[in-house]
Amino acid sequence: MNPTLSELTVGQDLGSRSIEVTRTDLVKYAGASGDFNPIHWNDAFANGVGLPGVIAHGMFTMGAAVQLVTDWAGDPAAVVDFQTRFSKPVPVADTTGTPDAGAVIEVSGTVGALDADAGTARVDLTVVAGGQKVLMKAQAVVRLG
Amino acid sequence: MTINPDLQGRSYPAAEVYDVGREKIREFARAVKATHPAHFDVDAAKALGHGDLVAPPTFAIIVAQRADAQLIEDPDSGIDFSRVVHADQRFVHHRPIVAGDRLVAELHVDGVRAMGGGAMITTRSEIFAVAVAPGTGAREAVATTTSSILVRGEGQ
Repeated sequence: MNPTLSELTVGQDLGSRSIEVTRTDLVKYAGASGDFNPIHWNDAFANGVGLPGVIAHGMFTMGAAVQLVTDWAGDPAAVVDFQTRFSKPVPVADTTGTPDAGAVIEVSGTVGALDADAGTARVDLTVVAGGQKVLMKAQAVVRLG
Repeated sequence: MTINPDLQGRSYPAAEVYDVGREKIREFARAVKATHPAHFDVDAAKALGHGDLVAPPTFAIIVAQRADAQLIEDPDSGIDFSRVVHADQRFVHHRPIVAGDRLVAELHVDGVRAMGGGAMITTRSEIFAVAVAPGTGAREAVATTTSSILVRGEGQ
């Protein structure tokens, strides 16, 4: 059952999810997106530019976080506007060969604003990894019936 | 090497066409851990009223970053890619991207601001769909993406 604009209230909780990330996920994202910056797959290179190690692509985090919104909306095309600032990197530990995640990204969403004239709801996402907010002002505008 | 302050206001015209394929939509969707059937199953996408598989909300980054590459790789820009940090990103969708679309991006450099020894550069890609057969129709606005990158100066 897809959400209806008139039944939503500002501040409403839209749930949460945990996204487990491994180095393999970053390699997959690099291939899928065409972003082969070595800071996302090579520790020595990442260290050389002052990072603690390999970090996730900001666009991986942004793209994975919005799935909470798409699934809630019922149609990926309902997301007509999506923006964020990248506030902190997400270091991903090398857990290759083990079942462990290299990082866990926690995503939760609330209704931030409603616009009855435009027929849209703004969903505000809170995205945290390692106890720090890694995205700021992560907002998705969703067109609803 | 310092950032060329004259970049502001510069535009790069639409270059090569990006053909949106079903398998690329599926691959990108898996890569961002998307599970919505409209990314994978043509019948599920059509049931929602779409002509073909629907791309995830951040799919346009593929086309936008190809456009950005024109600026970053421009020897005149002074940008060292290894010192680039992605600062913010926005996608405004004028209509959904679906498999079969043929996309082009026009890149505009909207802002260049010195920060320490580096610079914050804001770019905008206007993404259009062109007709499947070349020269047979007008282009259609699909998405506007804006992106800020921080090019760190030495010692930053």
